[in-house]
Amino acid sequence: MSAAEITAAPERQRGRMNRAQIVNAALALGLVGFGLGVWAMGEIFLVTLATKVAILAIAGAGLNLVLGFGGLVSFGHSAYFGLGGYTAGILAHHALNYTPMFEWPFLFEGTTSMPVIWITAMIVGALAAAMIGALSLRTAGVYFIMITLAFGQMIFYFAISWPAYGGEDGLPIYVRNGFPGLNTLDPIQFFGLVCAVLFAVLALIAILARSRFGLALQAARQNRQRLMAVGIRPGGVLLVAFVISGAITALAGALYADLNRFVSPSMLSWHLSGELLVFLILGGTGRLFAPLAGAGLYIALEHLLGGVSDHWQLFFGLLLLAVVLFARGGVIGFLAEGKRHG
Amino acid sequence: MLLLIEQLLNGLQSGLMLFLMAAGLTLVFGVMGLINLAHGSLYMVGAFACAGVAAATGSFWLGLAASIAAAAAAGAIVEVAVIRRLYARDHLDQVLATFALILIISEGTRWLYGSFPLYLNVPPSLSGSVILPGGIQYSLFRLAIIGVGLLVAVGLFLLIGKTRIGVQVRAGEADREMIAALGVDIGRLYTLVFALGAALAGMAGALVGTIQSVQVGMGEPVLILAFVVIVIGGIGSIKGALIGALLVGLTDTMGRVLLPSVFDLFMETSAATSMGAALASMAIYILMALVLLVKPGGLFGARA
Repeated sequence: MSAAEITAAPERQRGRMNRAQIVNAALALGLVGFGLGVWAMGEIFLVTLATKVAILAIAGAGLNLVLGFGGLVSFGHSAYFGLGGYTAGILAHHALNYTPMFEWPFLFEGTTSMPVIWITAMIVGALAAAMIGALSLRTAGVYFIMITLAFGQMIFYFAISWPAYGGEDGLPIYVRNGFPGLNTLDPIQFFGLVCAVLFAVLALIAILARSRFGLALQAARQNRQRLMAVGIRPGGVLLVAFVISGAITALAGALYADLNRFVSPSMLSWHLSGELLVFLILGGTGRLFAPLAGAGLYIALEHLLGGVSDHWQLFFGLLLLAVVLFARGGVIGFLAEGKRHG
Repeated sequence: MLLLIEQLLNGLQSGLMLFLMAAGLTLVFGVMGLINLAHGSLYMVGAFACAGVAAATGSFWLGLAASIAAAAAAGAIVEVAVIRRLYARDHLDQVLATFALILIISEGTRWLYGSFPLYLNVPPSLSGSVILPGGIQYSLFRLAIIGVGLLVAVGLFLLIGKTRIGVQVRAGEADREMIAALGVDIGRLYTLVFALGAALAGMAGALVGTIQSVQVGMGEPVLILAFVVIVIGGIGSIKGALIGALLVGLTDTMGRVLLPSVFDLFMETSAATSMGAALASMAIYILMALVLLVKPGGLFGARA
């Protein structure tokens, strides 16, 4: 369960890659290679599937920061994912329908520019995470799980019953938002953009994890008393991590809205929070590339099992149960350290 | 005014059904330290068992008995096969394993029964409505549910407070190693507590399923409401679960009735309706946040 390859810095200094780093590199190359390969073969649907994996991996990376490094089991991360999605949807909705979002204190007509949408989504996600985090972090353990779940549901029900932006039916984005210099409607260009964001986010988390802040965050998971003994309040460190995590997950939500050109309350549903947790467990909690490995495996299984049986979730449930009960450490743990039980 | 009293009764009814759910969750957490997401699946199992048996035999009462038996049996099987391995694990593993159980049970039920909702008929002896003192007309079945909920609540308090099993359960909450050392078969006690919680959930599923409909996924919204209930009441406390369930049931029902008319006082009607509905759907979570601000461990929580 530890942040194995992050804390394995000394090995890195010897100039040779350890097994975890080889697995990570293979995962990154695998994603990009798969996307390019299926694009070359003209399988546009599979390019979209690879884009979906990359976006879900970004969302999972946000969760990984608080769960893998901080040890906080947030069961409400769909809230930030959905808020990011709705930010993209609402901004584009106003811009595309020529209905100004607000006229005071200045005229704002919405926007279809991805950079602006991303920044707004991250601010919205960070603010929501700050409010929910400040309340939820008053508690710990199982209370924290239930409270984050409940706040996620609160936003879900709000989205369903608030009719201005589609309510239960969701909100379409008629034309995918634009990025300067790119044609985002071209699947491979959008895939490349999403991959760039994914690797930037993973790099940011790697840097954070090795910074003073990241060490304090991991200490907050391992031993709160000792962290306090060296003069750092665990609550503050955890809240900052929670806010950054919310912003990253909201960014993923904005991308996901643009991928589907549609936002609906299902982006806020608690199943999605559960799936994000599943990605991390499948990949190996606390490992930098766990969300990518987990999301890739999950989407691949969904695609393959879904082709065999309509009831693929039954088989997926059995598999997940087996992983939790018998194969802790996830895919990366298995590949990087060989078989491990217990 | 009459409408208000009717809605108060509806709130009481939904609160008591929530209590049946929350009691099992809070017992399982209090005694075994386990967070069980699959509790909503047991609620669903009870509802489907009731619908299946009632359709086959034509008797709602046999269906109700079957719902309790099926949920208890499902609970016992799940406990022995899976849950037992999770007691020593951390909460994350418990969450994921029981999330997997939800997928398995929901998808299995969908396989057996299909995605279409089933409908249960109210038994003839309880159909129709009664005139309550004050001239309020109220559904007899809902009134019966309130009665059953109250009876079960009293029964549960007696079971936990006055019987030998109750003593063991409370001792298990306080110090499980010690009661194992005193010769109580802790494994059997855990299975029993889990099956008891499952039976209560199954019964709630059958009763609520009769008012609403029986379908896959029906347990999930109730599960999350039950979480809100035990967070408000304090995890591990039966009394907290009862108070929390009534608070949540009444807040939710009254919020939906009252908030739109409150906003109607200073907004135009259509805006007031949507604003009121949106806020009413958030009311119980705001209640939970307020309770947490004052008492992070819940109203009657022993542990935080």
